[in-house]
Amino acid sequence: MNAADTAWVMASSALVLLMTPGLAMFYGGMTRAKNVLSTMMHSFFLMGLASVVWLFWGFSLSFAQGNWFVGSLEHFALTGVGADLWPETKIPGSTYMIFQCMFAIITPALISGAFAERMKFSSFIVFTLLWLTFVYAPICHWIWGGGFLQKMGALDFAGGAVVHINSGVAALACAFMVGKRKGYGTLPMTPHNLTLTLLGAGLLWFGWFGFNAGSALAANESASNAFVVTHMATSTAAISWVLAEWIIRGKPTTLGVASGAVAGLVAITPAAGFVGPVSSVIVGGVAGVLCYLAVLAKSRLGYDDALDVVGIHGVGGSWGAIATGLFAAKAIGGADGLFFGNPAQLGIQIVSVLATIGYSFMVSLVILSVVKAIMGLRVTEEEEVAGVDTSVHGEAAYNL
Amino acid sequence: MKKIEAIIKPFKLDDVKSAVTSLGVQGMTVTEVKGFGRQKGHKEIYRGAEYLVDFLPKIKIEMVVSSEIARQVVEKVASAARTGAIGDGKVFVTAVESAVRIRTGETDGDAL
Repeated sequence: MNAADTAWVMASSALVLLMTPGLAMFYGGMTRAKNVLSTMMHSFFLMGLASVVWLFWGFSLSFAQGNWFVGSLEHFALTGVGADLWPETKIPGSTYMIFQCMFAIITPALISGAFAERMKFSSFIVFTLLWLTFVYAPICHWIWGGGFLQKMGALDFAGGAVVHINSGVAALACAFMVGKRKGYGTLPMTPHNLTLTLLGAGLLWFGWFGFNAGSALAANESASNAFVVTHMATSTAAISWVLAEWIIRGKPTTLGVASGAVAGLVAITPAAGFVGPVSSVIVGGVAGVLCYLAVLAKSRLGYDDALDVVGIHGVGGSWGAIATGLFAAKAIGGADGLFFGNPAQLGIQIVSVLATIGYSFMVSLVILSVVKAIMGLRVTEEEEVAGVDTSVHGEAAYNL
Repeated sequence: MKKIEAIIKPFKLDDVKSAVTSLGVQGMTVTEVKGFGRQKGHKEIYRGAEYLVDFLPKIKIEMVVSSEIARQVVEKVASAARTGAIGDGKVFVTAVESAVRIRTGETDGDAL
């Protein structure tokens, strides 16, 4: 065991955990005041639920030796995962497992932005249980657990496909299946507390150093590079989103700078271990503008992805995966992309994006259809108008 | 007795308060309200989605004064709250039948 590697990955695990309450704040500030608790509850509750799923079967289905598609139950309830070194690392299996656990928490939490302000809480729990089992675990296995995309050579350093494309596409399925919020398009649905959103975005930025630099699974040069490019891509995306909205709509907004930062974090995630600092600025700069345009397109397309999970995580994650195929450099991460003379890598990246989109969308739709048929997906209209906080959770966020 | 209700721009509250206290008005009730009149709302933009906010924040002042000074109070309120721009607000006057000061039981004019 390498002490420095283990210490860094454990610290990174704690950093990634903090992203989920950060996400709760980021999302919570964007909802109306009557739904902020229910929105934050989605993220916070998953810190409990997803962890227990991970311990019993999630980790095993993702990372145990299995077939091209999914892992086995060899590591059920963490059997054989403890002090022994995890293969190809110098950290204990338990450290690797808990680091990956934090990714399994935040991925379904990201989806929750799509159905904020109207999802039935019990249905949310059942959906998440099924989704972690039948969508997250297989896709995680494809790319990181020895599945077919990993064998093809798809590059996903910290979860562009596993976490972001996956959650963004599932969010689109949720927006379709759950339906629009009552009054969407006619009533103003304005963020109730953007200070909360800004602080949440800041915590995401902070925690993301664990997400990306921790994904090196060692305290080494790769981790350091990932740390630097994560920061630079995010900085650039925060600027480029604001510039784009300033030009198109006339005002530089705080929600824009927060959203741009998150778009940059998302886009650099798959590329963090493979691209250099100058490339990262291009990856981030494009991400800020592209995700802003994707969010603008939403109102034309007519689906109610309440907090723009599709536009930021789906589009930003896809761009990041493709950008990895463009900007990857052998000197950084051992693989070249198109601009460094290896067009085949771009093809592999596109296959990984399409496979993730196709599978995540279809299986999420099936899961949502089943849950809808059995127990429904939405709160009642009366509960929705009163606000999910008081009608479902029996609490109000602000008693002034 | 007359009840004077004034809807004014929020930043004019202090001016109105000092103007009417100089006439001997001894109390007022102030509420933060929202409403619309001829002044158009304003535009807010969130991630590119534009919302027209129709209801603008205003302050509503309510005070009950003796009939003799009611006209003067209205004039003071109007001049203190005026900016000349659209959205300055309105003043309404209604007759009040009776009043009681709860602590002492004094009524009508003595209760003001």
